[in-house]
Amino acid sequence: MHDTNLIELSDFCSQVRRDIVRMVHAVASGHPGGSLGCTEYITALYQSEMNHSADNFDMDGKGEDLFFLSNGHISPVFYSVLARSGYFEVAELSTFRKLNTRLQGHPTTHEGLPGVRIASGSLGQGLSAGIGAALAKKLNNDSGIIYTLHGDGEIQEGQIWEAALYAAGNKVDNIISCIDYNHKQIDGDIDDVLPLGDIKAKWESFGWQVMEMDGNNMEQVITTLRQAKAATGKGVPIMLIMKTEMGNGVDFMMGTHKWHGSPPNDDQLKSALSQLEETLGDY
Amino acid sequence: MKEYPVLGNKDTRSGFGDGLTELGKSNPKVVALCADLTGSLKMNQFENDNPERFFQVGIAEANMIGIAAGLTIGGKIPYTGTFANFSTSRVYDQIRQSIAYSNKNVKICASHAGLTLGEDGATHQVLEDIGMMKMLPHMTVINPCDYNQTKAATIAIADHVGPVYLRFGRPKMPIFISEDTPFVIGKALLLNEGTDVTIVATGHLVWPAIEAGKALAEKGISAEVINIHTIKPLDEEAILKSVAKTGCIVSAEEHQIAGGLGESIAQVLSRNNPLPQEFVAVNDSFGESGSPAELMEKYGLDTPNLIAAAEKVIARK
Repeated sequence: MHDTNLIELSDFCSQVRRDIVRMVHAVASGHPGGSLGCTEYITALYQSEMNHSADNFDMDGKGEDLFFLSNGHISPVFYSVLARSGYFEVAELSTFRKLNTRLQGHPTTHEGLPGVRIASGSLGQGLSAGIGAALAKKLNNDSGIIYTLHGDGEIQEGQIWEAALYAAGNKVDNIISCIDYNHKQIDGDIDDVLPLGDIKAKWESFGWQVMEMDGNNMEQVITTLRQAKAATGKGVPIMLIMKTEMGNGVDFMMGTHKWHGSPPNDDQLKSALSQLEETLGDY
Repeated sequence: MKEYPVLGNKDTRSGFGDGLTELGKSNPKVVALCADLTGSLKMNQFENDNPERFFQVGIAEANMIGIAAGLTIGGKIPYTGTFANFSTSRVYDQIRQSIAYSNKNVKICASHAGLTLGEDGATHQVLEDIGMMKMLPHMTVINPCDYNQTKAATIAIADHVGPVYLRFGRPKMPIFISEDTPFVIGKALLLNEGTDVTIVATGHLVWPAIEAGKALAEKGISAEVINIHTIKPLDEEAILKSVAKTGCIVSAEEHQIAGGLGESIAQVLSRNNPLPQEFVAVNDSFGESGSPAELMEKYGLDTPNLIAAAEKVIARK
C-alpha cells in the first residue's frame, strides 16, 4: 500500500468524523459513538476495497460488491461515506433526521436514497439479508462479494445465530461479515448487560473463518480486508472481529458508552471539531 | 341460482405446491425457501425439479424471511413456505422491516392457517394472521378458497411486484372454482346474485357460503354470495354495489373477528354506507384440538351458522 493512499484515506476519515458530529448536533439526536468507531472500516470499503458504482445506483447491484449495514443506528457514518463517495449530494447530509428527508434516523429504501438496499434499525436482520443477496449472486454467476456490518451488542439477537448456522452449513463463501467489537452497548459494558463470552471461539465453532483487526487502524483494516477477500470462494463464510473505540477521534467521547446515542451540545461540538481537521470541506 | 358442481376434493396447500411446480418451469426468477416443512407445504416437486433454486433453511423462520428479502436484491422472486403461525406472528418484525418497509418482492406462503389445522391445537392454529399482515403498508393479503383458486393465485402473484401474504390450509375441501377462472388480485368473484342479503366469504368459508345460499333459497331468501380472495387491497366497489342492492351483509372467515376480512368490510360500510353486518368468525378466542369439521362447528364457522347470521342480519334491516 502506498503511503499517499493512507494519507488520503485518513483525510477522508477526518471529514467523515466532522460530518458525523455536525449531523447529530444539528438535530440533537442520533448515534455518534458507533459511527465514529466504524469510520475507518466503512471508508476503507467504499474508498478502497469494494468494487461498486455510485453512478446510476442499481438496487440489484449486478457485478458489484454490496454492503449491508445491519446496525442501522450508525447511519451518520454510512450517510457521510455514501455522500462523499458520490451516491448523493454532500449538501443533503444537512437534512439528516429532519421531516421529509431521505436520510431517515435509520437507513431505509423507503425514501429512495441511493446506496441503501434494505431497511435496518431493528437489530439482527442484516446478516440474513446479506446471505440472501450472496445466494442471489451465486445463482446469477456474479462474482461480487457481500459485506455486512454488525454491532457487538447486536449479536445478542437470536436471528444472528440462525444466520450463522445457515451460512456455514451451506458454504456461503462470498460473504465477509464484520462485528464492531467496541464492547459497549446502550446500557453499558457488554459484560454488564449480557456477556458475549469468547466471540472468536463462538464464530469458529459455528464454522466461520475468523480474522481479527484493529478497526481504527486504517492500514490494518485494509490489510485484513484484502486477506478476507483472498479467503472467499473456499466454502467458508468469513467474520472479521473488529476491535474499535466507541467515539474514536473525539477525546471526550472515547472510553465510555455514554455517547452511543447522545449528541454533543454547542460547546462539545466546538471541542470535537477542533480535534478533527476539515479536509474535504464541510457540507 | 348458479350451480357449483364439486370438481374434486383436494387441500388448498396442494394448489400452492402445484402452482409452485408450474412456476418452476415457467419463471426462472422464482426461488423457494422452506423451514423444515417441505412435505407439509407440498414443495417437494419444486425442490426435485429445481434443487439449485430451493433453499432449506431449517427451523429458523426469522432467518428465512431475511434471506428471502436479500434474494430479491439480485432479481429473484422468493416464495417462503411454512405454517401460517410461523410465517407471521413468529417473524412479524422481520417481515415488517426487511420485507414490508423495504418493499421487497417476497411471497410469504402460509399453510395450515386457522382452525382447520385440526388436532395440533391452538399453538399452531393462527387466527390473527390476516390482521397482522393487512396492517402492514405495501402488503397484499390473499386467502384463496379451493385447490384451483390457490394454484391460480400462486402463479398470479409472481407477476405482482411487491410483498404478498398468501394464506391457505391443510384439509381436503371441495373444488368448485373452475380451472380456467382467471385470478385477478383485488377483484371479487360474484358467485351468486341475490337481493335480500350479501354473504361475503374468504378461504375455507366460501364453500359453506355457497351451501348457505342454497339453503336460504329454499326458505325463500335470496342471498348474493361473493368470494373475496384478496383481503387487501379490498374490492370495495364490489361490496358497496352489492349492499346497495341487499341492504345488509354477512362476512365469513376462518380468523378472529378482530383484524379480519369482516373488520375491513365494516370500515368500508362505515365510511360509505352504514348498514347492518354480522360476523361469522372466531370471537376473541384461541382454538383447540379436534377434527376440522368439529372445530368449525364448535366455533360457529359452518353452514348452519351462516344461515343463522343471514337471517339475523336481514331482521336488523
